[in-house]
Amino acid sequence: MLYQDTVEAEVLVHKPWFVATMFGVVLLVFMAFNLSGTGFAELMRPVIGEPQTSGIYGRFAIGFAIAVMFTLNVVLIGFAPLKLQIGIVWLELLLLFMAFFETFHLSLPFIGEKLPFLITQGVATTLYVSAISIVIASVIAVAGAVAKLSNNGFAYAIASFYTSLFRGLPLLMQVYLIYLGLPQLGFVINAVPAGILALSLCYGAYMTEIFRSGIQSIDRGQWEASRSMGFGFALTMRRIILPQALPVIIPPTGNQFISMLKDSSLVSVIGVWELMFLARTLGQKTFQHMEMLISAAIIYWMLSICLELIQSRIERHYGRSKMR
Amino acid sequence: MSTEAIIEVRAVSKWYGQFHALKNINLTVHKGERIVICGPSGSGKSTLIRCFNRLEAHQQGEIVVNGVALHGRMSNVAAVRSNVGMVFQHFNLFPHMTVLMNCMAGPMWVKGVSAVEARQTALQFLERVRIPEQANKFPVQLSGGQQQRVAIARSLCMKPDVMLFDEPTSALDPEMVSEVLETMTGLARDGMTMVCVTHEMGFARAVADRVIFMDAGQILEEGTPDEFFGNPRHNRTKLFLSQILKH
Ligand SMILES: Nc1ncnc2c1ncn2[C@@H]1O[C@H](COP(=O)(O)OP(=O)(O)OP(=O)(O)O)[C@@H](O)[C@H]1O
Ligand SMILES: [Mg+2]
Repeated sequence: MLYQDTVEAEVLVHKPWFVATMFGVVLLVFMAFNLSGTGFAELMRPVIGEPQTSGIYGRFAIGFAIAVMFTLNVVLIGFAPLKLQIGIVWLELLLLFMAFFETFHLSLPFIGEKLPFLITQGVATTLYVSAISIVIASVIAVAGAVAKLSNNGFAYAIASFYTSLFRGLPLLMQVYLIYLGLPQLGFVINAVPAGILALSLCYGAYMTEIFRSGIQSIDRGQWEASRSMGFGFALTMRRIILPQALPVIIPPTGNQFISMLKDSSLVSVIGVWELMFLARTLGQKTFQHMEMLISAAIIYWMLSICLELIQSRIERHYGRSKMR
Repeated sequence: MSTEAIIEVRAVSKWYGQFHALKNINLTVHKGERIVICGPSGSGKSTLIRCFNRLEAHQQGEIVVNGVALHGRMSNVAAVRSNVGMVFQHFNLFPHMTVLMNCMAGPMWVKGVSAVEARQTALQFLERVRIPEQANKFPVQLSGGQQQRVAIARSLCMKPDVMLFDEPTSALDPEMVSEVLETMTGLARDGMTMVCVTHEMGFARAVADRVIFMDAGQILEEGTPDEFFGNPRHNRTKLFLSQILKH
């Protein structure tokens, strides 16, 4: 959270100009859509008569009703304490999102039938492909960062060539190049290892830069103090520098983890049976695409939320020594 | 005072690129001796003492610490460094470790001392700098003076043969200066060999065996505090002293 001023200002959503503007915008937006065929219009029948023939008056009445509800909702939430506000807004957005899915008229029995396989095969593969890749990428990142900071010409050249190349090619292309290209060189490689290799190399390149800047952000006094006590390079790095760099490194690395989880879907193009692959194929036979895609979407999202939670826990853990 | 030399500096020169930072320095620090180095800003005081544990490299001449010559390709630099304590202007405590751990780290990781023993030593030296009750806090929770005393304790835990101080009080608020100086005076009384870069002339008068005045990378003048303060030879020294003693 930003550093908050102690001077209390009136809550934004209670300022008259803001409320009025919000009301106006919502009214106009909903007038612009023709909602006369919806269930909501049916509810308004006592006011506007037959929805289909109510014309501009009907549109206005519907927009007005929605704007009143919307504005009232926002103003009321403005009175709640912060935590509750956040909770309610989340819940409402979630409900809207579900309502959007509802419009597809998904077949729940079909989802129920396929879901177990989607999870045992798809989620399991997605998870282990990303988990292994994340571990390898982190190892590459530490080594790459140290190489980029060293004054060994070979190490620097190799590391910078690597980061430049793998950050410069689309991940999808790397997946293809590794899966189809390595056999040309005589290494026949299966789809899963190829996918893991591509993800690790690509994310290792990004994370090298994150780790490098994290290490560089540490005051040189820390190096001097360590050195003056006789700590060697590896010890200083492991016990003094990296632990202090972690709070700097973790937020962007968390981003990388989340993004890796989803980019692991790219290995579906080489036929790995992970979540995305199954989402595309399971519904194909019966043309029930949306069922599987939406299920997979929700699963991806929930996995990401887990990672977000883990990330915020770790950040809090490392925040300790900064507190006064 | 014995005549055994702990640090010997012979004809040392150092350059930063084209800039000649140390010019033909000769100096011997004997066991048990307390040396204060002073001089105007940029005169090379920090550079000189940072050469003593090879935080900086010299290009000409010879520096011998505890019988080991310092040079670029030495493999035993860690052994030398662990015998030379250094206290910095900005403390440089490890912020992610408690005060106690700051003091235990060196002995455990460099000397292979057991955790139990390291803890005992650490508590003993924290007692000595009079902040045993802060042992489980993190450095940011302490005042500047307390942090600097922790830094001194951290160095002492390595049981060094000589302690180097680089302006240990100049980043402190005035009311905290004395607590650090008292700690240093106590150390001197116990016979620790010390080289202090400081502008605290009261401390120099009370504690130093020898005061060294540097200017423009050279040792311009050295002598006992009485000689140095009572009868400075060079005009440059007189000017410096008049400026620093004015207030
Ligand atoms: N890393 C460096 N690169 C280039 N020049 C440097 C470097 N470190 C110090 N110098 C120069 O060397 C000279 C001596 O610096 P040094 O830090 O030893 O001075 P000092 O006597 O400790 O001064 P102060 O009282 O301000 O701490 C200064 O002119 C400084 O500009
Ligand atoms: Mg200095």
